[in-house]
Amino acid sequence: MGFLFLLLGLVLWFGFGADTELGQTTTFGMTPGGVQATVADWTVSTRPALIVLALVCVFLGAVELVRGFGRMTNLALGLVAGMFVFGFLVWAAAGTSVNLGGLLNSSLDKAVPITLAALSGVLCERAGVVNIAIEGMMLMGAMMGALIGSIAQNSMVGLAGAVVAGGALGLFHGWLSIKYKTNQIISGTVINIFSIGMTSYISSLFLQQQQELNHPPIFPTFPLPLLSKIPLAGPILFLNNPFVYAMFIFLIVIHVALFFMRWGLRHRAVGEHPKAADTLGINVFRTRYIATLLSGMMAGFAGAYLTLGSVGRFDEVMTAGRGFIGLAAMIFGNWTPFGAFGASLLFGFADALSAKLAILGVAIPSQFLLMTPYIVTMVVLAGVVGRSQMPAADGVPYEKE
Amino acid sequence: MTKSKAKPKSKPEASKPATGGQADAGHVLIQELMAGPPESPGSKRSWWRRVGQAALVPALAVLSGLLLGGVLIAVTSPEVHEAFQVSVLNGIVTAFAVVFRAYLALFAGAFGDPVKMTLALQSGDPEAIRRAFNPILESMVAATPYIFAGLSVALAFRGGLFNIGAEGQIFVGAITATYAGYALTGLPAIIHIPVALAAGALGGALWGFIPGYLKARTGAHEVINTIMMNYIAFRLSDWLLTGPMMRPDSFNPVSPTIQESAMLPRFFADPIRLHLGFFLALVTAYLVYWFLFRTTWGFDLRTAGANPRAARYAGIKTGRWIILTMTLAGALAGLAGTNEVLGVNHNLAMAFSSGYGFDAIAIALLGRSHPLGVVLASLLFGTLRSGARRMQVVSGIPIDIILVIQAMILAFIAAPAIIRAIYRLRQPAEAEAEVLVRGWGG
Repeated sequence: MGFLFLLLGLVLWFGFGADTELGQTTTFGMTPGGVQATVADWTVSTRPALIVLALVCVFLGAVELVRGFGRMTNLALGLVAGMFVFGFLVWAAAGTSVNLGGLLNSSLDKAVPITLAALSGVLCERAGVVNIAIEGMMLMGAMMGALIGSIAQNSMVGLAGAVVAGGALGLFHGWLSIKYKTNQIISGTVINIFSIGMTSYISSLFLQQQQELNHPPIFPTFPLPLLSKIPLAGPILFLNNPFVYAMFIFLIVIHVALFFMRWGLRHRAVGEHPKAADTLGINVFRTRYIATLLSGMMAGFAGAYLTLGSVGRFDEVMTAGRGFIGLAAMIFGNWTPFGAFGASLLFGFADALSAKLAILGVAIPSQFLLMTPYIVTMVVLAGVVGRSQMPAADGVPYEKE
Repeated sequence: MTKSKAKPKSKPEASKPATGGQADAGHVLIQELMAGPPESPGSKRSWWRRVGQAALVPALAVLSGLLLGGVLIAVTSPEVHEAFQVSVLNGIVTAFAVVFRAYLALFAGAFGDPVKMTLALQSGDPEAIRRAFNPILESMVAATPYIFAGLSVALAFRGGLFNIGAEGQIFVGAITATYAGYALTGLPAIIHIPVALAAGALGGALWGFIPGYLKARTGAHEVINTIMMNYIAFRLSDWLLTGPMMRPDSFNPVSPTIQESAMLPRFFADPIRLHLGFFLALVTAYLVYWFLFRTTWGFDLRTAGANPRAARYAGIKTGRWIILTMTLAGALAGLAGTNEVLGVNHNLAMAFSSGYGFDAIAIALLGRSHPLGVVLASLLFGTLRSGARRMQVVSGIPIDIILVIQAMILAFIAAPAIIRAIYRLRQPAEAEAEVLVRGWGG
């Protein structure tokens, strides 16, 4: 690990720092586009900034090598990674400006479906049911949201349709994996294949033939009064789509429900030790059915964000792996809502950054930038899984005696 | 794998402990219903009964999947909706007619039109004969990548791993095979074809090795990692086809055509595309069977998959087997992509694979992770796919319906209790064929 820190520091120094000219500056815009500027732009001199960042990285690496951070290693890793990314930005935008506010804003936008997918995973897996079908449920939710929203010409109805469709698939997952004790990964794969086939089928049979069936009204951006006027944080956090606020509400509600309410205690008990829970009179099967139902509804909601919250139309296989990335975020976040949110932000940032760098014209093909979220996922999983605490009975069908 | 089948000696030693080790039913990956002779000195008839029993649920699952697909076709058909507005009876009749017509087209697309076949035979025109018999041979062509990819997933299942990454491995195998196919010039076919095949297998093997290594060393679950590798492979091919590997004189993202010396030979004139790859696939299936059930290595692999703890006690290095299993699985999937490039397309275009990797999961489960079962299931899926293409042309039913049917089949296979409840079958005496993939922790 220490060597990694040293290496990143050296890359900052020689790879980026040496590449810049003295006196160049990088400007960071602080307000997202379309909003009246409330904070002045922030300008740094490129080379000194890079050298400072590199020195800190090397210092942290040396400390890690000499005495180690122990329990703080993850924090140090996050710090170094953050500085490296920042340094990279400083280098990439040398001589020009980059809109940091806009970058953060689009990170949040891109993190929304991932966070919702991760929450779906948390709900399900805390009760001991592995759900790799989130991708398929999202896809179905996206399609139904677009279809029903278009027919009803009402985005709320479309949203309800998406949630119901997701919930139905969730129950199907539960039915296969709880009643029939199917392997939960197979059952999830069934739903994924089914959803890809079904949504593409309906899409090419109806949505592509009649465009009016694929034109739902979308939820408009809704500024929260007063809060959206806060400098910097205001436009990023409180000038958003209702889905973003809903995500924050879900985060808090699920966190409280899981960790501070009797319902959550039972829910988690079923995921950790179903036999003990059963002995104490908790209905394991019912709890798990509820978990898969809620998980499916949440995934349907996440899918609806794609069609009703941002794009406004359904395209075949439009989820593009967000459900799986959400799963990775859940694992990275240690099966907690806020941990998952943090991990999702990281993925969202990587996604937004790749889009931004493509605009800046960095000499890296856009496909490689688009790969970064997936590579980040793999690196994170490799680093984190050994230390994470997954629910003990995750993936094990419960056999009542 | 290229070693010849010279030493079947290890067979008795290898297969005996396999049946003994299955006592721990909870950790058995897949009960070997079809594998090897029964342990009791039973007669030949009981072996046939076992095979019949093993094939019954898959057969009924396929039937039920097709039935449900028919329901979907009827429900989404505008023609049926109009007929129902006339009268209910009219609606039902039309529904049956629509479904019947669709499946007739599927059948004709998969096996050929019997009327056309006899007419062509009577006329004696070789081209007409080729045309009439093409559908069934085309189904074999379509089955070929399924065999390779299905073997890949099946081998991984036997090693206790879930290879969702066949799709990405197919892509990478196709990329490396294409490169070897057009970049190497002046080689005779006898050298060029094996080199291109090996290149494809190596590409896929690399893509399988990475998640295998990560799983063995860090415990990161191969399901997530192979999915991530899929997306990385898509982006990679995207980049290669719009950049370094793009055909110089073209604006489309297509690779150059491979050298003639790298093309797998075809057996008939156009339009029949049946090529050597189909027989290579059969040979590979046999080799995988031989490797899994007739060598000590295969035994180690299966033990490491079925019961890692017991395997570790027995001195089998499970970590190494995880890596090897994924690498081999990747190589097999890579061959699926290679086969499509060298045998059918002769170049690499974007989105050429269209979901072979995901179908392969269904195939491996349908074939109970046994090479023979995989071959049979692949033939079934090949006919379904090549039939569905015709169905799409004739009845306008999107080819995606095949995915829905496959999902249904997979669900029924994974939960045989549903099939038994529907058809009122008795519970079999012996333990269910069971697939077990562990949770995220490895």
